Amino acid sequence: MSSAAKEVKRRGSNAEEMGARQRDISVSEFFAKNRHLLGFDNPRKALLTTVKEAVDNSLDACEEGGILPEIAVVIEDLQPDRAATVKSSRYRVTIVDNGPGIVRKQVENIFGRLLYGSKFHRLKMSRGQQGIGISAAGMYGLITTGRPMTIVTRPKATAKAHRIELAMNTKTNRAEVIADDETNDFPPERLRAVTLGARALASEKGFLDAIEFPTGTSVSIELEGRYQRGRGSVDEFLELTAIANPHAKFVFVPPSRESANEEDDVPLVTQGAASAASSAKRTSETHGVLIYPRGVEELPRETQEIQPHPKGIELGILLQMIKDYEATEKGSLYSFLQERFCRVSPVTAAAMCKKIGVTTRTRAADIEPSVAEKLFKEFEVAKLAPPPTDCLAPIGVRQMLAGMLKGVRAEFYAASSREAAVYRGRPFQIEAAIAFGGDLPCEESARVIRFANRVPLLFQQSACSSFKAIAETAWKNYGLQQPRGNVPTGPLVVMIHMASVWVPFTSESKEAIADYDEIRKEMKLALMECGRKLGTYLRKRMKMKRENDRRDVFERYIGEIAKALHQITGHSPKPIYDSLLIQARTKTAIADVELDEDGKVRKAIAPDPDDDDDGVIIIEGAIPSLPTQPVRTSAPMEFEEVAPMKKPAAPRKKSPADAVHTKSAPKPKTDAPRTSAKPQKRSVADTPSLF
Amino acid sequence: MAKKNTTTDSTPSISTRLKERDARTSKKILDLAEEMVKRILGGDDPIIQIPTRAKSNTLWNKKRGILEMGSATAARPLFDLKTAKQFMQTMLHSNTISELIAAGKTSSLRGVFYKAKHTVAGTRENTFDGQDESDPILEDLEVALGALREELHVFAENRGSMVGNITIVDRGDEINCRKMGSGGYALPSIVEPDIIQFKKCEAKFILHVEKGTVWNRFNEDRFWEKHNCILTHGAGQPPRGCRRLLQRMTEELKLPLICVLDCDPWGHYIYSVIKQGSISLAFESSRLAIPQAKFLGIRAKDFRECNLDDAVKIDLTENDIKRAGEIAAYPWFEHHKGWQREIGGLLKNGFKMEVESLITKDISYVTDTYVPERLKARDWID
Repeated sequence: MSSAAKEVKRRGSNAEEMGARQRDISVSEFFAKNRHLLGFDNPRKALLTTVKEAVDNSLDACEEGGILPEIAVVIEDLQPDRAATVKSSRYRVTIVDNGPGIVRKQVENIFGRLLYGSKFHRLKMSRGQQGIGISAAGMYGLITTGRPMTIVTRPKATAKAHRIELAMNTKTNRAEVIADDETNDFPPERLRAVTLGARALASEKGFLDAIEFPTGTSVSIELEGRYQRGRGSVDEFLELTAIANPHAKFVFVPPSRESANEEDDVPLVTQGAASAASSAKRTSETHGVLIYPRGVEELPRETQEIQPHPKGIELGILLQMIKDYEATEKGSLYSFLQERFCRVSPVTAAAMCKKIGVTTRTRAADIEPSVAEKLFKEFEVAKLAPPPTDCLAPIGVRQMLAGMLKGVRAEFYAASSREAAVYRGRPFQIEAAIAFGGDLPCEESARVIRFANRVPLLFQQSACSSFKAIAETAWKNYGLQQPRGNVPTGPLVVMIHMASVWVPFTSESKEAIADYDEIRKEMKLALMECGRKLGTYLRKRMKMKRENDRRDVFERYIGEIAKALHQITGHSPKPIYDSLLIQARTKTAIADVELDEDGKVRKAIAPDPDDDDDGVIIIEGAIPSLPTQPVRTSAPMEFEEVAPMKKPAAPRKKSPADAVHTKSAPKPKTDAPRTSAKPQKRSVADTPSLF
Repeated sequence: MAKKNTTTDSTPSISTRLKERDARTSKKILDLAEEMVKRILGGDDPIIQIPTRAKSNTLWNKKRGILEMGSATAARPLFDLKTAKQFMQTMLHSNTISELIAAGKTSSLRGVFYKAKHTVAGTRENTFDGQDESDPILEDLEVALGALREELHVFAENRGSMVGNITIVDRGDEINCRKMGSGGYALPSIVEPDIIQFKKCEAKFILHVEKGTVWNRFNEDRFWEKHNCILTHGAGQPPRGCRRLLQRMTEELKLPLICVLDCDPWGHYIYSVIKQGSISLAFESSRLAIPQAKFLGIRAKDFRECNLDDAVKIDLTENDIKRAGEIAAYPWFEHHKGWQREIGGLLKNGFKMEVESLITKDISYVTDTYVPERLKARDWID
């Protein structure tokens, strides 16, 4: 300490000089220096965060305006001729939505100020929370390129759109308007011809037609970024957003070239989906433009704003609330309790007042901090109903299935939605979905896709409560492999969604959900429900496969048996073979209907139209990609098609070639060389060439 | 392959007998196959009934002192995943045997396996994956057809050796077992009277030892000459040929059989099989079992009595202890005081001893001292 004191002396600063340097830090300035806190750590992530913030805002705006969202994301490479080794480039990111638009006087506030927004002050489920997202993106663009952001917004379909260029002053936390005019160019004409793909799309199917966008907003930000596909990319973000928002349509026009690769691309779940053009509700790609179609035609439930619940409040906040109340209402504590909290009835409020030794007429202004503390303790022990849950808008089982089906090529889908629960006095609801099999990679760990209020969480997976919940779930019970303390291995995608009025993120960049016991428990319960469905399905499938094998085994042996019996007795083998084949068919046909787990004979398994309500979809055609299917080079005899093993509720039309059992389709010819290579001693002239 | 035509001693009666026997066997196979074809064409389930070769279907005939096979049979349906392949294999082997008989040839077990082994038409699956799949199917056929292995024209490898004061005739060749050098007469797998006859025997008993190494010691020391006996070994668990020959000599020549085996559950089990027969070959017990066989050693008490070194101890494994318990519970040992004491002694010792352990006393201790003394004292377990 003494040496430190000496140093101070040597430097010669005194309190006055130091005081002269001490001043306000503008929030904008703080974030300009700490941009990693907001998700602008590196050029690639900056590009993603910019898209993410704009898309989140667009979706929120559309839903609040009661409009089915249609969102176009266009990324233009502004330095297409740069050297191949250059890691980053300058991009212009434009997001256009068909939302309600923004009234002119709010534009600066929304896009130009950090910590300004409608969402922070209320307990209502929405994507954005703090109101720093899009303005931070604009600021990042300004810092890296010096270019202002351009906003075109048309709040009234009949009026002209506003076109505003905004640059943010980081010192004053205020936006400076550089250009402000009115235009009819909305959605911007330019975007329709930005790449070959966009041009083709515009001429073939329509892209950014004014009819589809009577109102709406377009935001353009130029920034230094890096475009590269794979994990944590814009592509992944849009893919996942499309899964969690099946009511929205997205069109993504990526830049013409990717940035130089640093690492191998991680395959996306939609890979291989490009060929699935036949099924309408799946993601498709034309001329490099990705289209994520709308899966369901209804908007999520309108959410209600709620007052805080007494159990979820902290003492400091309570004091602040009392202060605010006396400033505006000047009422009694009794009415304060009823007005500013949910689930506090007059009876409860009176009981609380009595417990802390005040009357129902005591004014809130007269409450001493010590009494407030008593009240706070009373909150903790009071018996109160949990907060209302109509403030939550879960995705819904059917919608999750539609979203998963759209983006993930699997054979089995299951989803479950929990009842709402409460953590720290805040209501939340957990939903989970899984996709299994199909084109998903078998050897890798399951892919986890996480959402909070429908926003995908792309980073810090292992810090997230959902990851822990998945690792703690015993997937072995459902027929999957699982390394100790890890996510299961296999062709599996696990989706977890948390809907809440306030999602507890571990950091401001909103990448992981904090690990509350209540939340993790709900997650596990939702996963277990999905897991049980998967387990049932896998057991059923194993059984089907066993019967399949059985048919296979019998049919492959009867040729040998017919031949041996022929050689001993001299009877012609053909009738023996045919008779055995008929028996084999009959035996396995009986087995086919015995799919019931308890061995009860089910006569016919008709497609269940309500399968969606069970939270399960099975795609029959996807099953043959199983690695465990026996290799069969040929079968000894031709035989006609047998009855299908099961007809699950397949949401898309399947061709007969898709069905499970046709895997063992016979190719009779290949048997000939073997027989001729091993000549028989006895005369076989009167028998088919096969024997 | 052994030829049927022998030059010297083949009498017409023998070859006629063989032809008749073959015709009978062929008929049995044909009947089985015809029955199956009838079933199949009639739309009935193809099922073969195979007498069960398991402990559950083994009866202990106390009076005769041998194991016998019960009457239980197990259905082997084609349309059952568990038995489908075995059914197919049984059919294939029926055909193989039928071909062997028709051609008048014999084959080794391994030869039969190769004869029937091929890829199942239209697949990459083999009809037989290994000989261990093929051998039990042949045994099944033996019991299903009620025909012995030699009647099926199948033989096993030669295993076991014999020397001693006896002359035999093997397919017409006279074999003087006193002049067999160091290797001895190799015991063939088929030793039926039509193949092997006993000619001249001075020996007073048979000494059967567990394996070749011990047998070498006795042979080198000319034990059989000094004690006027026949000396055999069966290379561990004696095969059918060895057991059948021992059984014939005890039966036809009225020779007592004395066994010198290791002091461990395996040795006890070998003795049990020689004496009562085995579970899987219970149907042949009346031809193979030698109820009067005696167990001379090695005994659990020998460690103390012979004053053996600690070095000879081999710890009992958990499996050994389990096995010893099973053997002690065999009905023919269960009420046998001598054997209960013997197995109890082994477990109490907690270690095994091989016959070779006696070498720690002296190279020829076993032939000069141990066996002669015990023989003289008639110190064995019956």
